[in-house]
Amino acid sequence: MSQVRVLVGTRKGAFILTSDGKRNKWEVSGPHFAGWEIYHVKGSPADPNRLYASQSSGWFGQVIQTSTDGGQNWAPVGNQFTYKGVPGTHQWYDGTPHPWEFKRVWHLEPSLTDPETVYAGVEDAALFRSADGGKTWAELEGMRQHGTGPHWQPGAGGMCLHTILLDPSNPDRIYIAISAAGAFRTDDGGKSWKPINKGLVSEFIPDPNAEVGHCVHHVALHPARPQVLFMQKHWDVMRSDDAGDNWREVSGNLPSDFGFAIDVHAHEPETLYVVPIKSDSEHFPPEGKLRVYRSRTGGNEWEPLTKGLPQQDCYVNVLRDAMAVDRLDQCGIYFGTTGGQVYASPDAGDSWAPIVRDLPAVLSVEVQTLP
Amino acid sequence: MTGPDAARKEAASSRSTIRVLLPQHLRTLAQVEGELLLEVTAPITVRSILDALEARHPMLRGTIRDQVTLQRRPFLRFFACEEDLSHHSPDAPLPEAVASGQEPLLIIGAIAGG
Repeated sequence: MSQVRVLVGTRKGAFILTSDGKRNKWEVSGPHFAGWEIYHVKGSPADPNRLYASQSSGWFGQVIQTSTDGGQNWAPVGNQFTYKGVPGTHQWYDGTPHPWEFKRVWHLEPSLTDPETVYAGVEDAALFRSADGGKTWAELEGMRQHGTGPHWQPGAGGMCLHTILLDPSNPDRIYIAISAAGAFRTDDGGKSWKPINKGLVSEFIPDPNAEVGHCVHHVALHPARPQVLFMQKHWDVMRSDDAGDNWREVSGNLPSDFGFAIDVHAHEPETLYVVPIKSDSEHFPPEGKLRVYRSRTGGNEWEPLTKGLPQQDCYVNVLRDAMAVDRLDQCGIYFGTTGGQVYASPDAGDSWAPIVRDLPAVLSVEVQTLP
Repeated sequence: MTGPDAARKEAASSRSTIRVLLPQHLRTLAQVEGELLLEVTAPITVRSILDALEARHPMLRGTIRDQVTLQRRPFLRFFACEEDLSHHSPDAPLPEAVASGQEPLLIIGAIAGG
Protein backbone atom coordinates (compact mmCIF):
# COMPACT_ATOMS: atom_id res chain seq x y z
CA MET A 1 0.00 0.00 0.00
CA SER A 2 1.20 3.50 -0.76
CA GLN A 3 2.62 5.77 1.90
CA VAL A 4 2.59 9.52 2.23
CA ARG A 5 5.41 11.49 3.82
CA VAL A 6 4.83 15.15 4.62
CA LEU A 7 7.94 17.27 5.13
CA VAL A 8 7.25 20.29 7.31
CA GLY A 9 9.60 23.22 7.88
CA THR A 10 8.85 25.45 10.85
CA ARG A 11 10.32 28.39 12.73
CA LYS A 12 11.88 26.02 15.26
CA GLY A 13 12.64 22.79 13.49
CA ALA A 14 11.54 20.24 10.90
CA PHE A 15 8.87 17.61 11.31
CA ILE A 16 8.12 14.54 9.24
CA LEU A 17 4.55 13.25 9.17
CA THR A 18 3.85 9.80 7.74
CA SER A 19 0.73 7.83 6.99
CA ASP A 20 -0.48 5.04 4.82
CA GLY A 21 -2.59 5.72 1.76
CA LYS A 22 -5.76 6.13 3.80
CA ARG A 23 -4.25 9.23 5.39
CA ASN A 24 -6.26 9.20 8.59
CA LYS A 25 -3.61 7.98 11.07
CA TRP A 26 -0.34 9.85 11.21
CA GLU A 27 3.00 9.48 12.90
CA VAL A 28 4.89 12.64 13.77
CA SER A 29 8.68 12.66 13.87
CA GLY A 30 10.62 15.65 15.12
CA PRO A 31 11.64 18.25 15.84
CA HIS A 32 14.67 17.71 13.66
CA PHE A 33 17.20 20.56 14.02
CA ALA A 34 15.27 21.84 17.04
CA GLY A 35 15.53 25.56 17.56
CA TRP A 36 16.58 26.36 13.99
CA GLU A 37 14.44 27.91 11.28
CA ILE A 38 13.73 25.33 8.62
CA TYR A 39 12.63 27.27 5.58
CA HIS A 40 12.24 24.22 3.36
CA VAL A 41 12.61 20.45 3.19
CA LYS A 42 12.17 18.61 -0.07
CA GLY A 43 12.82 15.11 -1.41
CA SER A 44 14.39 14.09 -4.68
CA PRO A 45 11.86 12.82 -7.23
CA ALA A 46 14.60 10.51 -8.51
CA ASP A 47 15.31 9.02 -5.06
CA PRO A 48 12.58 9.78 -2.52
CA ASN A 49 14.78 8.84 0.42
CA ARG A 50 17.22 11.61 -0.50
CA LEU A 51 16.01 14.72 1.31
CA TYR A 52 17.46 18.20 1.43
CA ALA A 53 16.76 20.70 4.22
CA SER A 54 17.54 24.38 4.59
CA GLN A 55 18.44 25.06 8.22
CA SER A 56 19.20 28.61 9.29
CA SER A 57 19.50 30.82 12.31
CA GLY A 58 20.05 34.47 13.04
CA TRP A 59 22.95 33.43 15.26
CA PHE A 60 24.66 30.76 13.20
CA GLY A 61 23.69 31.45 9.59
CA GLN A 62 22.95 28.86 6.95
CA VAL A 63 23.37 25.09 7.09
CA ILE A 64 22.22 22.59 4.48
CA GLN A 65 21.36 19.09 5.65
CA THR A 66 20.78 15.95 3.61
CA SER A 67 19.31 12.59 4.43
CA THR A 68 19.63 9.37 2.46
CA ASP A 69 17.09 7.41 4.49
CA GLY A 70 13.96 9.50 4.27
CA GLY A 71 14.78 11.78 7.18
CA GLN A 72 15.76 9.33 9.91
CA ASN A 73 19.39 10.46 9.82
CA TRP A 74 20.83 13.70 8.56
CA ALA A 75 24.26 15.06 7.73
CA PRO A 76 25.34 18.65 7.10
CA VAL A 77 26.84 19.35 3.69
CA GLY A 78 28.17 22.50 2.04
CA ASN A 79 26.87 25.88 3.07
CA GLN A 80 29.03 28.28 1.12
CA PHE A 81 26.86 30.40 -1.15
CA THR A 82 29.12 32.94 -2.81
CA TYR A 83 27.83 35.18 -5.56
CA LYS A 84 29.86 35.00 -8.74
CA GLY A 85 31.84 38.07 -9.71
CA VAL A 86 31.17 41.45 -8.16
CA PRO A 87 27.65 41.12 -6.77
CA GLY A 88 26.73 44.76 -7.34
CA THR A 89 23.69 46.41 -5.83
CA HIS A 90 19.94 46.20 -5.80
CA GLN A 91 17.59 48.83 -4.43
CA TRP A 92 17.01 49.05 -0.72
CA TYR A 93 13.58 49.78 0.77
CA ASP A 94 14.30 53.52 0.55
CA GLY A 95 15.38 53.29 -3.08
CA THR A 96 19.11 53.63 -2.41
CA PRO A 97 21.59 51.10 -3.83
CA HIS A 98 22.30 48.23 -1.47
CA PRO A 99 24.95 45.55 -1.93
CA TRP A 100 23.84 42.00 -2.60
CA GLU A 101 24.33 39.98 0.61
CA PHE A 102 23.60 36.31 1.16
CA LYS A 103 21.17 35.77 4.03
CA ARG A 104 19.51 32.36 3.75
CA VAL A 105 18.17 29.63 1.50
CA TRP A 106 14.42 29.88 1.07
CA HIS A 107 13.78 26.98 -1.27
CA LEU A 108 15.54 23.78 -2.32
CA GLU A 109 14.44 22.14 -5.55
CA PRO A 110 15.98 18.73 -6.25
CA SER A 111 16.50 17.73 -9.88
CA LEU A 112 13.75 15.63 -11.42
CA THR A 113 16.27 13.04 -12.60
CA ASP A 114 19.48 13.19 -10.54
CA PRO A 115 19.45 12.87 -6.73
CA GLU A 116 22.83 14.60 -6.51
CA THR A 117 21.63 17.75 -8.26
CA VAL A 118 19.65 20.35 -6.37
CA TYR A 119 18.85 24.02 -6.88
CA ALA A 120 18.72 26.61 -4.10
CA GLY A 121 16.79 29.86 -4.18
CA VAL A 122 18.37 32.35 -1.80
CA GLU A 123 17.99 35.78 -0.24
CA ASP A 124 19.36 38.18 -1.52
CA ALA A 125 17.84 36.84 -4.69
CA ALA A 126 19.99 34.40 -6.61
CA LEU A 127 19.86 30.85 -7.87
CA PHE A 128 22.51 28.29 -6.96
CA ARG A 129 23.00 24.70 -8.08
CA SER A 130 24.85 21.79 -6.57
CA ALA A 131 25.72 18.73 -8.63
CA ASP A 132 27.37 16.83 -5.78
CA GLY A 133 24.58 16.35 -3.30
CA GLY A 134 24.95 19.76 -1.70
CA LYS A 135 28.67 19.62 -0.96
CA THR A 136 29.47 22.58 -3.21
CA TRP A 137 27.26 25.27 -4.68
CA ALA A 138 27.72 27.43 -7.77
CA GLU A 139 25.60 30.40 -8.69
CA LEU A 140 23.72 30.46 -11.99
CA GLU A 141 24.71 34.08 -12.22
CA GLY A 142 22.93 34.80 -15.47
CA MET A 143 19.70 35.15 -13.52
CA ARG A 144 21.00 37.85 -11.22
CA GLN A 145 23.04 39.55 -13.91
CA HIS A 146 20.55 39.59 -16.76
CA GLY A 147 20.17 43.36 -16.47
CA THR A 148 17.29 44.43 -14.28
CA GLY A 149 18.87 43.37 -10.98
CA PRO A 150 19.91 46.88 -9.89
CA HIS A 151 16.19 47.82 -9.95
CA TRP A 152 14.93 44.97 -7.78
CA GLN A 153 13.69 45.80 -4.31
CA PRO A 154 13.04 43.50 -1.36
CA GLY A 155 9.51 42.65 -0.35
CA ALA A 156 8.57 42.90 3.31
CA GLY A 157 10.02 39.43 3.92
CA GLY A 158 13.28 40.16 2.17
CA MET A 159 14.49 39.94 -1.42
CA CYS A 160 14.14 36.22 -1.75
CA LEU A 161 14.15 33.81 -4.64
CA HIS A 162 11.39 31.59 -3.29
CA THR A 163 10.01 29.60 -6.21
CA ILE A 164 11.85 27.20 -8.52
CA LEU A 165 9.90 25.15 -11.06
CA LEU A 166 11.67 22.61 -13.25
CA ASP A 167 9.92 21.79 -16.52
CA PRO A 168 9.60 18.00 -16.72
CA SER A 169 9.26 18.14 -20.51
CA ASN A 170 12.30 20.34 -21.12
CA PRO A 171 15.42 20.05 -18.94
CA ASP A 172 16.65 23.43 -20.17
CA ARG A 173 13.59 25.32 -18.95
CA ILE A 174 13.34 26.61 -15.39
CA TYR A 175 10.95 29.15 -13.91
CA ILE A 176 11.82 31.14 -10.80
CA ALA A 177 10.12 33.91 -8.86
CA ILE A 178 11.47 36.65 -6.63
CA SER A 179 9.88 39.01 -4.15
CA ALA A 180 9.67 41.74 -5.24
CA ALA A 181 11.10 41.45 -8.72
CA GLY A 182 8.73 39.05 -10.45
CA ALA A 183 8.92 35.82 -12.41
CA PHE A 184 11.75 34.82 -14.74
CA ARG A 185 12.43 31.97 -17.15
CA THR A 186 15.45 30.34 -18.69
CA ASP A 187 15.29 28.17 -21.80
CA ASP A 188 18.97 27.29 -21.88
CA GLY A 189 19.55 25.54 -18.58
CA GLY A 190 20.13 28.68 -16.57
CA LYS A 191 22.64 30.58 -18.70
CA SER A 192 20.28 33.37 -19.73
CA TRP A 193 17.01 34.56 -18.25
CA LYS A 194 14.18 36.84 -19.13
CA PRO A 195 11.47 38.46 -17.03
CA ILE A 196 8.03 36.94 -17.68
CA ASN A 197 5.72 39.48 -16.09
CA LYS A 198 3.65 40.78 -19.01
CA GLY A 199 0.08 41.13 -17.89
CA LEU A 200 0.87 41.49 -14.21
CA VAL A 201 -0.55 44.72 -12.79
CA SER A 202 0.73 45.97 -9.45
CA GLU A 203 -0.80 49.23 -8.27
CA PHE A 204 1.78 49.59 -5.52
CA ILE A 205 4.70 50.24 -7.90
CA PRO A 206 5.26 53.44 -9.91
CA ASP A 207 4.55 51.75 -13.25
CA PRO A 208 1.88 49.12 -12.54
CA ASN A 209 2.78 47.30 -15.77
CA ALA A 210 6.56 47.40 -15.33
CA GLU A 211 8.78 44.66 -16.70
CA VAL A 212 10.04 43.89 -13.16
CA GLY A 213 9.12 44.92 -9.63
CA HIS A 214 6.05 42.75 -9.11
CA CYS A 215 5.67 40.98 -5.80
CA VAL A 216 5.06 37.43 -6.97
CA HIS A 217 4.24 35.23 -3.99
CA HIS A 218 4.22 31.80 -5.57
CA VAL A 219 3.86 29.99 -8.89
CA ALA A 220 2.63 26.46 -9.57
CA LEU A 221 2.32 24.18 -12.57
CA HIS A 222 0.97 20.75 -13.40
CA PRO A 223 3.74 18.45 -14.64
CA ALA A 224 1.64 17.21 -17.57
CA ARG A 225 1.13 20.77 -18.82
CA PRO A 226 4.22 22.71 -17.76
CA GLN A 227 3.59 25.62 -20.09
CA VAL A 228 0.49 26.54 -18.06
CA LEU A 229 1.41 28.51 -14.95
CA PHE A 230 -0.69 29.66 -12.04
CA MET A 231 0.46 32.50 -9.83
CA GLN A 232 -0.56 33.93 -6.51
CA LYS A 233 0.68 37.50 -6.65
CA HIS A 234 0.72 39.96 -3.74
CA TRP A 235 -2.74 40.80 -4.97
CA ASP A 236 -4.34 38.86 -7.86
CA VAL A 237 -4.38 35.22 -8.88
CA MET A 238 -2.96 34.96 -12.39
CA ARG A 239 -2.69 32.40 -15.17
CA SER A 240 -0.40 32.03 -18.16
CA ASP A 241 -0.96 29.56 -21.00
CA ASP A 242 2.29 30.32 -22.79
CA ALA A 243 5.06 29.62 -20.29
CA GLY A 244 4.73 33.00 -18.67
CA ASP A 245 4.98 35.16 -21.77
CA ASN A 246 1.51 36.56 -21.06
CA TRP A 247 -0.59 36.54 -17.93
CA ARG A 248 -4.27 37.15 -17.25
CA GLU A 249 -6.10 37.51 -13.99
CA VAL A 250 -8.28 34.60 -12.82
CA SER A 251 -9.16 35.86 -9.33
CA GLY A 252 -12.87 35.73 -10.24
CA ASN A 253 -15.14 35.41 -7.21
CA LEU A 254 -12.49 34.95 -4.53
CA PRO A 255 -13.33 36.85 -1.32
CA SER A 256 -9.80 38.28 -1.43
CA ASP A 257 -7.22 37.82 -4.15
CA PHE A 258 -4.37 38.44 -1.74
CA GLY A 259 -2.60 35.31 -0.53
CA PHE A 260 0.59 33.34 -0.62
CA ALA A 261 0.06 29.66 -1.41
CA ILE A 262 -1.21 28.17 -4.66
CA ASP A 263 -1.11 24.60 -5.98
CA VAL A 264 -2.57 22.34 -8.65
CA HIS A 265 -4.41 19.02 -8.25
CA ALA A 266 -2.17 16.05 -9.04
CA HIS A 267 -4.44 14.61 -11.74
CA GLU A 268 -6.61 17.53 -12.86
CA PRO A 269 -4.50 20.26 -14.44
CA GLU A 270 -7.41 22.73 -14.33
CA THR A 271 -8.09 22.27 -10.60
CA LEU A 272 -6.35 24.87 -8.43
CA TYR A 273 -6.19 25.67 -4.76
CA VAL A 274 -5.52 28.96 -2.99
CA VAL A 275 -6.01 30.23 0.54
CA PRO A 276 -7.34 33.80 0.42
CA ILE A 277 -5.83 36.16 2.97
CA LYS A 278 -7.54 39.41 3.91
CA SER A 279 -4.86 41.90 2.90
CA ASP A 280 -1.18 42.73 2.86
CA SER A 281 -1.42 44.27 6.31
CA GLU A 282 -3.94 41.83 7.78
CA HIS A 283 -2.28 38.48 7.18
CA PHE A 284 -5.20 36.29 8.19
CA PRO A 285 -8.25 34.80 6.52
CA PRO A 286 -11.20 37.09 5.76
CA GLU A 287 -13.87 37.05 8.49
CA GLY A 288 -11.72 34.78 10.67
CA LYS A 289 -12.77 31.78 8.52
CA LEU A 290 -10.02 29.52 7.25
CA ARG A 291 -11.13 28.59 3.76
CA VAL A 292 -9.29 26.90 0.95
CA TYR A 293 -10.74 27.90 -2.40
CA ARG A 294 -10.82 25.44 -5.27
CA SER A 295 -11.35 26.18 -8.93
CA ARG A 296 -12.11 23.30 -11.26
CA THR A 297 -12.05 25.59 -14.26
CA GLY A 298 -8.47 26.81 -14.19
CA GLY A 299 -9.43 29.94 -12.29
CA ASN A 300 -12.19 32.57 -12.22
CA GLU A 301 -14.83 30.30 -10.68
CA TRP A 302 -13.95 29.36 -7.12
CA GLU A 303 -15.71 27.38 -4.40
CA PRO A 304 -14.93 27.58 -0.69
CA LEU A 305 -13.78 24.39 1.02
CA THR A 306 -14.58 24.60 4.72
CA LYS A 307 -15.46 21.15 6.06
CA GLY A 308 -13.14 20.48 8.99
CA LEU A 309 -11.49 23.91 8.90
CA PRO A 310 -12.12 26.51 11.62
CA GLN A 311 -14.89 28.87 10.57
CA GLN A 312 -14.67 31.37 13.36
CA ASP A 313 -11.94 33.26 15.22
CA CYS A 314 -9.16 31.93 13.00
CA TYR A 315 -6.35 34.41 12.38
CA VAL A 316 -3.48 32.34 11.03
CA ASN A 317 -1.61 32.78 7.77
CA VAL A 318 -0.61 30.19 5.17
CA LEU A 319 2.80 31.00 3.72
CA ARG A 320 3.91 30.60 0.11
CA ASP A 321 5.63 27.22 0.35
CA ALA A 322 3.20 25.77 2.86
CA MET A 323 0.81 23.96 0.50
CA ALA A 324 1.39 20.74 -1.41
CA VAL A 325 -0.45 17.82 -3.00
CA ASP A 326 0.17 14.09 -3.01
CA ARG A 327 -0.14 11.90 -6.09
CA LEU A 328 -2.45 9.15 -4.85
CA ASP A 329 -5.46 8.31 -7.01
CA GLN A 330 -7.64 10.34 -4.69
CA CYS A 331 -5.44 13.43 -4.57
CA GLY A 332 -4.57 14.66 -1.09
CA ILE A 333 -4.07 18.37 -0.35
CA TYR A 334 -1.99 19.64 2.56
CA PHE A 335 -1.21 23.00 4.05
CA GLY A 336 0.42 24.39 7.17
CA THR A 337 -0.35 27.56 9.09
CA THR A 338 1.55 30.11 11.10
CA GLY A 339 -0.46 28.81 14.05
CA GLY A 340 1.30 25.46 13.80
CA GLN A 341 -1.47 23.35 12.32
CA VAL A 342 -0.92 21.07 9.34
CA TYR A 343 -4.21 20.21 7.68
CA ALA A 344 -4.74 17.33 5.29
CA SER A 345 -7.56 16.56 2.93
CA PRO A 346 -7.58 13.00 1.54
CA ASP A 347 -10.43 13.85 -0.85
CA ALA A 348 -9.10 16.70 -2.97
CA GLY A 349 -10.26 19.36 -0.55
CA ASP A 350 -13.80 18.25 0.19
CA SER A 351 -12.98 17.61 3.85
CA TRP A 352 -10.08 18.46 6.10
CA ALA A 353 -8.57 17.33 9.39
CA PRO A 354 -5.47 18.50 11.23
CA ILE A 355 -2.55 16.07 11.23
CA VAL A 356 -0.96 18.12 14.02
CA ARG A 357 -2.23 21.26 15.72
CA ASP A 358 0.56 22.73 17.78
CA LEU A 359 3.80 22.91 15.85
CA PRO A 360 5.85 26.09 15.66
CA ALA A 361 4.79 28.42 12.84
CA VAL A 362 4.86 26.44 9.61
CA LEU A 363 7.08 27.82 6.85
CA SER A 364 6.84 25.04 4.29
CA VAL A 365 5.03 21.82 3.48
CA GLU A 366 6.10 19.28 0.87
CA VAL A 367 4.58 15.88 0.22
CA GLN A 368 6.10 12.66 -1.04
CA THR A 369 3.98 9.79 -2.32
CA LEU A 370 5.86 6.57 -1.70
CA PRO A 371 5.20 3.09 -3.05
CA MET B 1 69.40 17.14 17.00
CA THR B 2 68.95 18.37 13.43
CA GLY B 3 66.81 17.57 10.41
CA PRO B 4 63.23 16.22 10.38
CA ASP B 5 63.30 15.07 14.00
CA ALA B 6 64.17 18.56 15.21
CA ALA B 7 61.48 20.11 13.03
CA ARG B 8 58.90 17.69 14.41
CA LYS B 9 59.95 18.41 17.97
CA GLU B 10 59.79 22.16 17.40
CA ALA B 11 56.35 21.88 15.84
CA ALA B 12 55.14 19.77 18.73
CA SER B 13 56.43 22.26 21.26
CA SER B 14 54.60 25.10 19.49
CA ARG B 15 51.23 23.30 19.79
CA SER B 16 48.94 23.75 22.74
CA THR B 17 45.82 22.02 23.88
CA ILE B 18 43.09 24.63 23.96
CA ARG B 19 39.71 24.31 25.61
CA VAL B 20 36.73 25.63 23.64
CA LEU B 21 33.09 25.75 24.66
CA LEU B 22 30.57 26.05 21.85
CA PRO B 23 26.94 27.15 22.08
CA GLN B 24 24.57 24.24 22.47
CA HIS B 25 23.24 24.42 18.89
CA LEU B 26 26.75 24.20 17.47
CA ARG B 27 27.64 21.30 19.76
CA THR B 28 24.60 19.51 18.34
CA LEU B 29 25.60 20.38 14.78
CA ALA B 30 29.18 19.16 15.34
CA GLN B 31 27.94 16.14 17.32
CA VAL B 32 30.16 16.88 20.32
CA GLU B 33 29.43 17.09 24.01
CA GLY B 34 30.86 19.43 26.60
CA GLU B 35 34.10 21.28 26.09
CA LEU B 36 36.26 20.58 23.07
CA LEU B 37 39.99 20.05 23.39
CA LEU B 38 41.80 21.31 20.31
CA GLU B 39 45.44 21.05 19.35
CA VAL B 40 46.32 24.52 18.11
CA THR B 41 49.62 25.70 16.71
CA ALA B 42 50.99 28.93 18.17
CA PRO B 43 50.33 31.78 18.15
CA ILE B 44 47.14 31.11 20.12
CA THR B 45 44.61 33.56 18.74
CA VAL B 46 40.93 33.52 17.89
CA ARG B 47 41.90 32.95 14.27
CA SER B 48 44.20 30.00 14.96
CA ILE B 49 41.62 28.39 17.26
CA LEU B 50 38.81 28.80 14.72
CA ASP B 51 41.07 27.46 11.98
CA ALA B 52 41.72 24.35 14.05
CA LEU B 53 38.07 24.06 15.06
CA GLU B 54 36.80 24.26 11.47
CA ALA B 55 39.46 21.84 10.24
CA ARG B 56 38.30 19.23 12.72
CA HIS B 57 34.57 20.00 12.36
CA PRO B 58 33.98 21.28 8.81
CA MET B 59 30.23 21.54 9.40
CA LEU B 60 30.96 24.56 11.62
CA ARG B 61 32.31 26.57 8.71
CA GLY B 62 30.19 29.66 8.27
CA THR B 63 28.38 29.28 11.58
CA ILE B 64 30.82 31.31 13.71
CA ARG B 65 32.48 33.49 11.09
CA ASP B 66 31.79 34.23 7.45
CA GLN B 67 33.52 31.74 5.18
CA VAL B 68 34.86 34.41 2.83
CA THR B 69 35.44 37.53 4.92
CA LEU B 70 36.16 35.58 8.14
CA GLN B 71 34.19 38.23 10.02
CA ARG B 72 32.58 37.07 13.26
CA ARG B 73 28.84 36.58 12.88
CA PRO B 74 27.10 39.51 14.53
CA PHE B 75 25.19 37.59 17.21
CA LEU B 76 28.19 35.63 18.47
CA ARG B 77 30.74 36.68 21.07
CA PHE B 78 34.14 35.41 22.20
CA PHE B 79 34.67 35.46 25.97
CA ALA B 80 37.64 34.28 28.02
CA CYS B 81 38.94 34.97 31.51
CA GLU B 82 35.82 37.06 32.21
CA GLU B 83 36.64 39.38 29.33
CA ASP B 84 34.74 40.06 26.10
CA LEU B 85 37.36 39.59 23.37
CA SER B 86 34.91 39.90 20.50
CA HIS B 87 36.16 43.26 19.32
CA HIS B 88 39.84 42.43 19.59
CA SER B 89 41.76 41.60 16.44
CA PRO B 90 41.38 37.91 15.57
CA ASP B 91 45.16 37.85 15.43
CA ALA B 92 45.68 39.24 18.93
CA PRO B 93 47.29 36.71 21.28
CA LEU B 94 44.77 35.29 23.74
CA PRO B 95 45.41 35.41 27.50
CA GLU B 96 48.05 33.00 28.76
CA ALA B 97 45.41 31.16 30.75
CA VAL B 98 43.68 30.23 27.47
CA ALA B 99 46.94 29.39 25.71
CA SER B 100 47.95 27.12 28.56
CA GLY B 101 44.58 25.40 28.73
CA GLN B 102 43.72 26.66 32.20
CA GLU B 103 40.72 28.61 30.91
CA PRO B 104 38.41 27.88 27.95
CA LEU B 105 37.58 30.15 25.07
CA LEU B 106 33.83 30.60 25.28
CA ILE B 107 31.91 31.08 22.04
CA ILE B 108 28.62 32.57 23.10
CA GLY B 109 25.38 33.15 21.27
CA ALA B 110 23.97 36.59 22.03
CA ILE B 111 21.01 36.63 24.37
CA ALA B 112 18.34 37.66 21.93
CA GLY B 113 14.75 36.72 21.38
CA GLY B 114 13.21 34.80 18.55
